[in-house]
Amino acid sequence: MAAKYRTLSLAKRGFDFEIFMWLFVRLSALAMYLCAFIGLVGALMLGARTQVNLADLIRWTFMPDSNHVLMNTTLNNIANTEAWASLFWKIMGSTFVAFAVSHGLHGLLCVVEDYLKNHLVRRILRIVGLLLTFAMIAIAIYVFWTR
Amino acid sequence: MGLKRNVSLKDALRYQGKGPMLTFILHRIGGLGIVTFVGMHILASFLGGDFGSFVNNIYEHWAFQIVIFFCALFHAINGLRIVILDLWPKLIEHQREAIWIEWAVFLPIYGMAVLVIVRTALGG
Repeated sequence: MAAKYRTLSLAKRGFDFEIFMWLFVRLSALAMYLCAFIGLVGALMLGARTQVNLADLIRWTFMPDSNHVLMNTTLNNIANTEAWASLFWKIMGSTFVAFAVSHGLHGLLCVVEDYLKNHLVRRILRIVGLLLTFAMIAIAIYVFWTR
Repeated sequence: MGLKRNVSLKDALRYQGKGPMLTFILHRIGGLGIVTFVGMHILASFLGGDFGSFVNNIYEHWAFQIVIFFCALFHAINGLRIVILDLWPKLIEHQREAIWIEWAVFLPIYGMAVLVIVRTALGG
């Protein structure tokens, strides 16, 4: 079973939109891992180990939005609440949600298109998906920066 | 672009791809679960009010958390495997082993999480 696997260089394969999205899905996944890691380390630096319960730490790790810890925490003795709602975490949350929504809705389109043959429907759904991506990112960023 | 897909959904479900196919299907189901969860959650916190708290109460239910944690954790770990194999194509030779490692990482973490969720649901 010594099969030889051939890989084409990027120049031979060509770099079109499909390849770009293929790469984007992989790289945005890595970016979300990085965001989650920064969120986890940041929360621990803000004192999560003694001030926040495990469920809220996980919530914060997946999305560093101040509501995730300030509203829900059962220990509820966070000394410095401003630090959890700072500009840095708003930017981190917005970055995370932008990657997550574009990664997620692209994936949703990939799954749906696997079971669709009609070209027109596919094209319409792509436009709807693109609009939905921008709308969801805008809504999420609005939620972050206003409450 | 002549896209021809003559495989129906029914045929696809009957396809017996064993381990790799299972991760593929679970990755899709998990991804769809996360899209639904995150989308509804963002909308709920945007709209607020009765609808918002209704949706958020569903999220905090232990049964829902067991399902969504499966989706998120499996999608994350399987996604990492795909990223590693895709960005370092030579590793594709070890793809079977990669799936075993993936389950070895996933099952303990998920098992512990389910234990914590159920214990909390039963009253700590």
